[in-house]
Amino acid sequence: MEKIYTRPKSLKKAAFHYCPGCGHSIVHRIICEVIDELNLQERVIGIPPPGCSVFAYHYFDVDMAESAHGRGAAVATGIKRAYPEAIVFTYQGDGDLAAIGTAETIHAANRGERITAIFINNAVYGMTGGQMAPTTLLEQKTTTTPYGRDIKLEGYPIKISEMLALTKGAVYIERTAANSPANIRKTKKAIRKAFQTQIDDLGFSLVEILSPCPTNWRMTPIEAWQWIDKVMTKEYPLGIIKDITGKQDAD
Amino acid sequence: MSTKGYIEIDQELCKGCEICIHFCPKHAISQSSKVNAAGYSPASFSKNDECTGCAICALVCPEVAIEVYRG
Amino acid sequence: MAKVLMTGNAAIGEAAIRAGCQCYFGYPITPQNELTEYMATHLSRRKGCSFIQAESEIAAINMVYGASLTGARTMTSSSSPGISLKQEGISYLAACELPAVIVNMSRGGPGLGSISAAQSDYFQATRGGGHGDYRTIVLAPSSVQELADFTHHAFELADKYLIPVIILGDGMLGQMMEPVEFKYEAPEELPIRSRALRGAKGRPSKIIKTFTSKPAELEEINWSLFRRYQQIKKQETTCDTFMTEDARLIVVAFGIAARIAKGAIKTARSNGLKVGMLRPITLWPFPSEKVQELAKSVKQYLVFEMNMGQMVEDVQLALGGNGEVSFYGRPGGVIPTPSEVNKVISRLYYQKGLK
Repeated sequence: MEKIYTRPKSLKKAAFHYCPGCGHSIVHRIICEVIDELNLQERVIGIPPPGCSVFAYHYFDVDMAESAHGRGAAVATGIKRAYPEAIVFTYQGDGDLAAIGTAETIHAANRGERITAIFINNAVYGMTGGQMAPTTLLEQKTTTTPYGRDIKLEGYPIKISEMLALTKGAVYIERTAANSPANIRKTKKAIRKAFQTQIDDLGFSLVEILSPCPTNWRMTPIEAWQWIDKVMTKEYPLGIIKDITGKQDAD
Repeated sequence: MSTKGYIEIDQELCKGCEICIHFCPKHAISQSSKVNAAGYSPASFSKNDECTGCAICALVCPEVAIEVYRG
Repeated sequence: MAKVLMTGNAAIGEAAIRAGCQCYFGYPITPQNELTEYMATHLSRRKGCSFIQAESEIAAINMVYGASLTGARTMTSSSSPGISLKQEGISYLAACELPAVIVNMSRGGPGLGSISAAQSDYFQATRGGGHGDYRTIVLAPSSVQELADFTHHAFELADKYLIPVIILGDGMLGQMMEPVEFKYEAPEELPIRSRALRGAKGRPSKIIKTFTSKPAELEEINWSLFRRYQQIKKQETTCDTFMTEDARLIVVAFGIAARIAKGAIKTARSNGLKVGMLRPITLWPFPSEKVQELAKSVKQYLVFEMNMGQMVEDVQLALGGNGEVSFYGRPGGVIPTPSEVNKVISRLYYQKGLK
């Protein structure tokens, strides 16, 4: 028998510190698979956020630099403008990209910065203990919406990817999920296309990945993975939000 | 009956999330009764003669704890 | 009321509610999330009150500015990196003479730093912190009871002097649980400041601004702010002393460091060393007069802080050369132990030939 599945080369051998069933572990691995397949390990510079994935540099065997909370898109802009040969990606949570980082994200997209944003949407602030995120669903209970998210007090979950699609500089935006074999395969395809968009110098690319957070959703891993299908995708439907790259899926 | 596939689950990396158990189309994985050093009950490959080497378990495993062989 | 066991963070929230805080605007950051969450649970449902988890610390401080304009008692909280974000907003609050309470549960820095307690925001808190010539009152609690008492006091001071007040806590104070007694009940009516922007009904319209195209005008605003700061210095400077009457060496420490130092001093005393402590409670205004008074008889000072040496400069300034200052500091979120500090005290005591 031959070994048909093994750890990607650009994924360090460290054990993940993430919770059982967490989406970060899945997405880290498939980003590394894409980096391997596109032969980018020596060109990539990644920017992890403050958050559970602040330690992403323990896992990605590529150059990485920490960013202040929410400022990933601006940091990535600085890197890419100063050193265009790099393939630059940000790895950001929902609070990082769509709350405190809203301005930086929108303007990087609007300028069509040749960067790739990997947007992990788990509808909650994980690392700090489960507070409301901009993408928290209505009536969802979090530690700062203990009575459930209320339209009058907290407004609606924000559709940042749809908003970014309105900027002319954003050329490829897709929403996927990391909660089933089929969705994980689609996520990898989307990430690959996003990186290819940058390689082809076409504009700003973003993949939003609905990601399970069993701990802060107070669910078992399987329940959390299923909640994405049963509940989250009703608010955040999967699929291509914008694609003006004029290219077929990267092969 | 010769098997088409075979998996190895790293018992110390596994966090007992049971996702592989849930998605295995052949129900060839189950939760072990042992506890690993981190305090988790890891998944273990139980039905050796059913595995087709589809690698869905490895695809969904968050910990990269599963290696898949196919013959 | 009876004493309850509470974490520091939660005690701040309860005290703020009892002080008539109407609006809380915050953002998640370790190690103060329990305060934000307490307000989400308890303030949000009070009549006339508002809780918002803002999109960022910058948004939160500007929401505080807005609420303060209308005369409401308002507060925000964060930890070191988030407090850095608030500096522009605090400068605006000070310039417009708007009361507000800002709680900093400090953590290790600089940068993203660590989530462990540190005292490295002393300069930021006491030197204005943002741009321009201004000061804010800075209170340094060193127990959960003081977190509660000082929170209440902060709202009073802010309203009395029309100034932002910073409560400079730290991650350890915020997370520790101690018995606390709340000495005040929440007011029946939320207190609204009379000098406020609430619509020009029955009076000429008012403008609140900080910008002027006439430098001489801004100069006068600065002088007027500093006249008030002189008043605050005279009336509100507060500190605490411990066993200084016969001390040969005085440890100067604030906040959680003072708790650690107290343990060290007790050990030193049991070994016959005549050591005492000065604990500034208002870091701004700094108790310089108290230092000068002590310096009449004590010439050796050990400043102990959890940083690279910030308050030590204020002690040196206050002494004006009339005493010798040594420094012991641990930055980065490292929490020293009382026995470690006792070793430093003892070594210094003998090195300086004190009897």
